[in-house]
Amino acid sequence: MTKLRKKSHFRWLFLALLLALLPAAVYAQAEPITDDEVNEVAQDVYCPVCESTPLDVCPTAACADWRELIRTKLSEGQSRDEILEYFARQYGDGVLANPPRRGASLVILWILPLLLVLVGLLLFSRLLRGLRRPTAAAPPPRPKSTTGDPALDDYISRVEKEVDE
Amino acid sequence: MTDTIPTTTTPVEAAPRRPIRWSMIALWLAVIAILAVLAWGLLNATAGRPEVGQAAPDFTVEFFNGYEWDARPVADLSDMRGRPVVLNFWASWCVECRYETDVLEQTWLKYRDDGVVFLGVAYADVEPNSIAYMKEFGVTFPHAPDLGTDISQDYEITGVPETFFIDKDGVIRHVQIGAVDEQLLDTIIPQMLAE
Repeated sequence: MTKLRKKSHFRWLFLALLLALLPAAVYAQAEPITDDEVNEVAQDVYCPVCESTPLDVCPTAACADWRELIRTKLSEGQSRDEILEYFARQYGDGVLANPPRRGASLVILWILPLLLVLVGLLLFSRLLRGLRRPTAAAPPPRPKSTTGDPALDDYISRVEKEVDE
Repeated sequence: MTDTIPTTTTPVEAAPRRPIRWSMIALWLAVIAILAVLAWGLLNATAGRPEVGQAAPDFTVEFFNGYEWDARPVADLSDMRGRPVVLNFWASWCVECRYETDVLEQTWLKYRDDGVVFLGVAYADVEPNSIAYMKEFGVTFPHAPDLGTDISQDYEITGVPETFFIDKDGVIRHVQIGAVDEQLLDTIIPQMLAE
């Protein structure tokens, strides 16, 4: 009997605890999304009207609408990636600060720079190889001219020395 | 006496075969790829905005629910060939668009039975706002969002509102940057219908 009563008490206690926690859970759900949370996503989206202006700092009406859209989607529980994906699908990859690696973005932003680096490395390695290669053998030293006249030989050797210098 | 040039019959030694230089092949392939991408970019950059007298770029639209054309949820511009098309770019956040929406609706009602197609394309707009705007003005002609901003990019619009008048053959006859008015619509549409 006492065991049953204890169980019943425990159940009531558990229910009371649940009821006490319920408003907190509901409040947590209904907690408004702050501007900071919106801007955290908005900074990775560009304004469709002004060029190169991130959404979080753009004063246009279009951007205000887009920020509200982000707020709505965050309140619906959508993640940052899901929201960015939605924007890309709806307005094109061009509105994203970090375009996804697909299509033209993949070629222009990733493959082309990589190719340029590879070409640069290849050219550089060829240049280095060319520098290391021994240059053509130096021409053999000219034989000392001998005329039989020591004075003339001396004169010629001095002229050659001057020319070499 | 004739001198004869002695001929040698020694066999010509085969030239040593040069090994394939993969680095050179890779280098040239990379250079060709880079040039191809640059050429593609250059072509796109110089493609330019479609002007009056040129063919209107074709596109596909997915209409807003309740704003379909010819009871189709999806249509191409080419499906409308044989009818004049008034292609209007707008947005709910655009203040100037508010001056022309009523005029467009009234003109559409006036010419709809003559076979003119009015097509509103919502540029960079939030869908619920677009629908609220159309309801606010009681718009009934076909409307669609510019998904991926593909259409506005193809037409290289300078902003909203902007209206392209496309004749029965799919050729652009007039481009209106800024709001249209009744006089303009009543001048161009009958001309396109008469052709």
